[in-house]
Amino acid sequence: MGNVLLQYLTVFILSVFVGIEVISRVPSVLHTPLMSGSNAIHGVILVGAILVMGHATTNLEQVLGFFAVILATLNVVGGFAVTDRMLEMFKTKPEDKKKKVIDETDEVIS
Amino acid sequence: MTRGTAIDLCYLVAAITFILALKGLSSPKRARAGTFVAMAGMFLAIFVTFFQPGLHHQLWIYIAMAIGVVIGLPAARLVKMTAMPQLVAIFNGVGGGAAALVSITTFIGSNPKQEATYKVLEVLIGVFIGTVSFSGSAIAFIKLQELITGRPITYPGQQIVNALLALAAIALIVAVLVTASTTLLWILLAVSFVIGIGVVLPIGGADVPVLISLLNSLTGLAVAASGFTLGNNVLIVAGTLVGASG
Repeated sequence: MGNVLLQYLTVFILSVFVGIEVISRVPSVLHTPLMSGSNAIHGVILVGAILVMGHATTNLEQVLGFFAVILATLNVVGGFAVTDRMLEMFKTKPEDKKKKVIDETDEVIS
Repeated sequence: MTRGTAIDLCYLVAAITFILALKGLSSPKRARAGTFVAMAGMFLAIFVTFFQPGLHHQLWIYIAMAIGVVIGLPAARLVKMTAMPQLVAIFNGVGGGAAALVSITTFIGSNPKQEATYKVLEVLIGVFIGTVSFSGSAIAFIKLQELITGRPITYPGQQIVNALLALAAIALIVAVLVTASTTLLWILLAVSFVIGIGVVLPIGGADVPVLISLLNSLTGLAVAASGFTLGNNVLIVAGTLVGASG
């Protein structure tokens, strides 16, 4: 069974490097959405929560699993919704600036 | 191709979408597309999980998910933009709480005395980190919401108390490893909870976003620990990605 552990450990170590590599390229303006985005991604614990709940045999396990699923769903749904809202803000910002410039030029012309 | 292989392949796809999403965040233009890709990946991972063999209580799972959506979606949509950091903190906290609950439930469900030591250790790490992240995020939320002062709260001997608590947690982890006692696990849960509060209280003001980032990566690690326990690669990859990005 030691081999299975080694297999997971390999995945773990490689993921650490991928994580660091990917994150180091993110500009500092996007750090808040990054935090929120990675927050949503660890909501994947929902998969674990569903598995645990599905394989529950006693009442206690079932209750704990039930709450795990609720919390994890909150994490996924909330995480993605918040990230999307943040990025929406980034999208509208440049347009606002353009509008402002146009308004100002209009004033100058008039 | 067996059903298990197909499910694992879907998990692999989901893991790739998460990496792509994080990569997409390196430019504002691709960031939104990346988020959608990750959402699709997340949906896929959750969807195929229902096809795992021997899954019971499906109705209850649906109900629990519905409750989560009903609470989470309006909260995320309606809260004011200025209240966003709190929201991220609390969503991060519930993720940590979920990871801790998953670990506890696995511990209760299995026979810890017969399991290999490393498996029990993974569970304990999951419980410990997940709970610290949960209570820490809760305090961060309360601070940001200005329910208590945002300034650092300190008292004499704080460092010593925190250090003692950490020592107690380590001792408890070793004790559970040796005795496989569920009672001690609950005590560990309580101690972790207090540590989370104790560590966050002295941090204030401008340092809180950094703190949330740290708690975020803690939750990621807790998720990865759960992944080890459940033998689920998508949990390991996603958790570690987040853990490394804090």
